[in-house]
Amino acid sequence: MYNINLKNDVFSRILIAFKKGMSKMAFKLHGVNVPHRKNTANMPPVRMNIPKTVTLPMSMHIGAPANPIVKVGDHVDVGTLVAEAVGAVSSPVYASVSGTVKGISDILLSNGNTVPAVTIESDGEMTVDSKITPPTINSREDLINAIRLSGIVGLGGAGFPTYVKFGGDKPLDIEELIVNGAECEPYITSDSVTMTESAEDISYALDMLTKYLNINKVIIGIEKNKPEAIKSMEKVAETREKVSVKVLPSMYPQGGEKVIVYHTTGKKIPNGGLPINVGCVVSNSSTVAAIGKYLKTGMPLVERCITVDGGAVKEPKNVIAPIGTSLNDVFEFCGGFKQEVGKVLYGGPMMGIAVPDTSVPVLKNTNAVIALTEKEAKLPEPTPCIKCGACVNHCPFGINPAAIAKAYKNDDIEGMEKAGATLCMECGCCSFICPTNRPLVQTNKLAKLAIRNAKVKEAK
Amino acid sequence: MDTKLHLSVSPHIHCGNSTSKVMLDVIIALLPATVAGVIIFGFSSIGVIAVTVLAAMISEFIFNKIVKKKQTVGDLSAVVTGLLLALNLPANIPLWQAAVGAVFAIIIVKCLFGGIGNNLVNPAITARVFMLVAFGSMTKAAFPIDSASSATPLVELAEGKAVSLTDLFLGNIGGAIGETCALALLIGGIYLLVRKVITWQIPLCFIGTVFVLSLLLEGFDFSLALSQILSGGLFIGAFFMATDYVTSPSTPWGKVIFGIGAGIVTVLIRFYGNYPEGVSFAILLMNVLNPYIEKWTPRKLFGGEKK
Repeated sequence: MYNINLKNDVFSRILIAFKKGMSKMAFKLHGVNVPHRKNTANMPPVRMNIPKTVTLPMSMHIGAPANPIVKVGDHVDVGTLVAEAVGAVSSPVYASVSGTVKGISDILLSNGNTVPAVTIESDGEMTVDSKITPPTINSREDLINAIRLSGIVGLGGAGFPTYVKFGGDKPLDIEELIVNGAECEPYITSDSVTMTESAEDISYALDMLTKYLNINKVIIGIEKNKPEAIKSMEKVAETREKVSVKVLPSMYPQGGEKVIVYHTTGKKIPNGGLPINVGCVVSNSSTVAAIGKYLKTGMPLVERCITVDGGAVKEPKNVIAPIGTSLNDVFEFCGGFKQEVGKVLYGGPMMGIAVPDTSVPVLKNTNAVIALTEKEAKLPEPTPCIKCGACVNHCPFGINPAAIAKAYKNDDIEGMEKAGATLCMECGCCSFICPTNRPLVQTNKLAKLAIRNAKVKEAK
Repeated sequence: MDTKLHLSVSPHIHCGNSTSKVMLDVIIALLPATVAGVIIFGFSSIGVIAVTVLAAMISEFIFNKIVKKKQTVGDLSAVVTGLLLALNLPANIPLWQAAVGAVFAIIIVKCLFGGIGNNLVNPAITARVFMLVAFGSMTKAAFPIDSASSATPLVELAEGKAVSLTDLFLGNIGGAIGETCALALLIGGIYLLVRKVITWQIPLCFIGTVFVLSLLLEGFDFSLALSQILSGGLFIGAFFMATDYVTSPSTPWGKVIFGIGAGIVTVLIRFYGNYPEGVSFAILLMNVLNPYIEKWTPRKLFGGEKK
């Protein structure tokens, strides 16, 4: 087409400015403004007192549950292997306190599955397993194997085994590694305080990952309401050619995998695809920090930083808790409750999972525990849809939740698919923004299930 | 710990918006036009407003009682319908006619179709059209207390008379209670835009289309084209009636099509039709087309292309 060589003429300047503006406009997915409530943003994590017992479920990750290798009565130290990984997608579990194995019995997880769990009674010593030494890394295989043995899974909530994400035995060409430090959920600050406090672990992990995995570029994406974390990560990026920091607008769900890939690289992950389909791997900033820590010390994932907050919590804090600590102990460490508790969540209020009681343990992928008051827990009753379109217009992916709800009511599988049900990442913007409080994302989840069931039936 | 905890699927928080809050915003936005109407047309307009609002609320309340539906009067949408209808009626209308109109809007147009959210067409607009046909209410328009004129500006425009633009803008002209004062309606419309209750597409495309087409048809006479957009029910229609959530598209492009379509129909009726005013008919027609417009203009799915 036209080729304007005069770089400074008015017309081309306007054209460039226009193109810039257009790309900026096109470069943002929709979402909602959730209340930030980052009360613990400036609270460095504090190590909690040693719990009397810890409960370690064999399934704190996506994939096959780990297989317990200890017996009741065995003595374990911090970092002793309690259960080994089974199959290609799994993750080992290590003792998070020193003491005696008290029992191995089934517990009900919040996702409805029943899995065996190892209970360890602490001797209060926290003696470290003598076998723990930093791993020697000389090749890609060494690194992947180390990450496998570290027991690290996606710490942001998904719990996907990290070594699998980096390709497992099959080397990947990774154009961009995206370190997800968006942390767009209300209350949660565990990622951002980790970025501030454990910058050295993160930088070490990035050095090793870029050295041994085929990674072209590392982009650390952080929402702009976390100036401390941005400062800390910019320092890391300064001395590293491949690493850069991308400051993102504070918008929910900025940390959604497809959202952060699009907002940092401009790449669109196709429906049903994974980031690697467009050459990206997304890893949570706390996961990267955990990798760094393991590579330096050899201590597997036995503890993690969690944000303890919510209207019912007396002293909101960032806490370093041994994996398997009961939420009761965690809340007690934070001064207990100042009000009657209505709801307790694993994770944030937008996507977190409500737990049936507070005796459940801290899992590997628990980034926060939130205790809402009775008043906060009560949501308004749904009223008839007024077709305002807020759900469609706030959906990051342009899905039409109202149409899905209608199709679901009519058992119209095709209608659900056409409205984009399979694309839904269940971020909950639609339900959050709906003035009539319709259970939209909840219906979307059911619609996805209905579509899957219909597909299975069809295949038969 | 033996306190019972709530269990539910995420999300566990809500933005706090509700139907009644949206409706309250619309009522607040209609207040300037209501006050202007009372000032221009005198106290008889208060009677009309009171009758339609009360009739709308009472008929919805009784209907819900009879069919044993959950009571919906509290969501204030009946108040909005009643108020909008009153602002679309002349101040000198017999009060029983106003009441019939309100009952028609609520029972026939809204409740019988399934209540709030399920009506096909805008209740207030449909009631206005119904009354125009049934009682000829609109042709006997009321006039400002100190007015010497005896025809509405659109009639005068159609007859080729000049109309003062200032009078049009301030509403010192004949017409329905709330439709004459463009200034007050503009203030209300801007309030709705600022509060994000409505978006700019429908009002701008609607009024813009009427302006551009009038300009073409009037031979590029700016003041005549301005008179066209300032008179009749265009402002109240474009800001308050065409933007009704239930009966207008929810997607940005759908709104653009809806606005332009309503503008074209309005101009066609005004210039070539039997009635001097076409806004109500235009919105009504677009209401009927709305489901199709929605269907034609879905938002693009992100990464929706199958692998």
